[in-house]
Amino acid sequence: MANEIAGNMEGEWWWTYLVIVVAGFVATDFWRWLGVLAGNRLKENSEALYWVRAVATALVMAVTAKLIVFPTGSLAHSPLWLRLGAAGLGFAAFLLTGQRVIVGVTVPIIVLMAGLLLL
Amino acid sequence: MSIEPAGHGIEADNALDRRFSGRNEAVPDEAHHDGRGRFYWFLIGMRGIFSLPALILMTSYLGFAAFALDVGLTRSEAVFIWALPAQMILVGTMAGGAHLAASFAAVTFSSIRMMPMVASVVPDMRNDKTPTIVLLALSHFIAITSWVFATQRLRHVPRPYRTSYFAGFAITLTSINTAIVGIGYGVVSAFPPVVAGALFMLTPVYFISSIWASARQPVVKIAFLFGIVLGPLFAVIEPQFDILYAGIGGGTVAYAIDRVRRRRHAAGGV
Repeated sequence: MANEIAGNMEGEWWWTYLVIVVAGFVATDFWRWLGVLAGNRLKENSEALYWVRAVATALVMAVTAKLIVFPTGSLAHSPLWLRLGAAGLGFAAFLLTGQRVIVGVTVPIIVLMAGLLLL
Repeated sequence: MSIEPAGHGIEADNALDRRFSGRNEAVPDEAHHDGRGRFYWFLIGMRGIFSLPALILMTSYLGFAAFALDVGLTRSEAVFIWALPAQMILVGTMAGGAHLAASFAAVTFSSIRMMPMVASVVPDMRNDKTPTIVLLALSHFIAITSWVFATQRLRHVPRPYRTSYFAGFAITLTSINTAIVGIGYGVVSAFPPVVAGALFMLTPVYFISSIWASARQPVVKIAFLFGIVLGPLFAVIEPQFDILYAGIGGGTVAYAIDRVRRRRHAAGGV
């Protein structure tokens, strides 16, 4: 079925739309709706909310770290040590300058670009 | 740049002040609970698209436009793809010729993490009168960037207007991103590799510093450290379940550590 989609995308364009809309909306929003129902029952400053915040933060940071360690696109061919070094130096600079987000963003980007140009 | 280290230093004090004054001035807040107040906060939310996280997400949608061109989607197909990560998987599986059901399962599976993310934002977003249907509708717009935006900004908005504020931000951002994909399609394959690499790196390094800077409770920083280490680690050990293991496992351990820390702190304080 998927092979037909890939091979016949021009003729059955609506089918591709349907796949993307159904899978994208229903599949992802199902979990969001469960999140709303669960979140509606969470009291502010409750222990349960502390735990949910911890899980959400760990999830987001796991995704974030994976973007650096296993990037897609043009960064996929750059050395891991360069990406980790740029992120590490950036975070250190961020902490040393009184936690300025703009420092935490510009320093690693400059280090990364310099590394990519020199290698 | 409009993003300051919100929740840090003076900002945090302001946030606390506003929170307390918001509680004291509950009556005036309610008095303004007409169309005008909501519309005002909706517009303020719209202005959030000029924030750093929104601008970074917009550049990543430019990257997405290039990806869509690469895998052979047409411009209009690319425009229909909204929430970035889940649909990236879908497009990728389809391009690889995998079965439709597998594609759907992959997307569903990748979205489980939305549940704790939404659940952690909802108590900040609602008040006693917020209809659940409004929250269900708005939950569609919660993805990583809007989660970061919401956890950092909602506390500065009077509680009755938080849904309007978030709606203004999220609906505008989604519309603009859709337009970016449409306009950027076919244009952005021309990024030089160094620029493309830098644009890709913007997202993770922004999340790292902004989430750390805006963490009000130590439990968030502990969970931050567990997530950032366990994410790549589980990606090697158990790639299919890495985000869930890192999130639920790392978050639970972080919570437990923080709970012990708070108990000790309370005992020491007495």
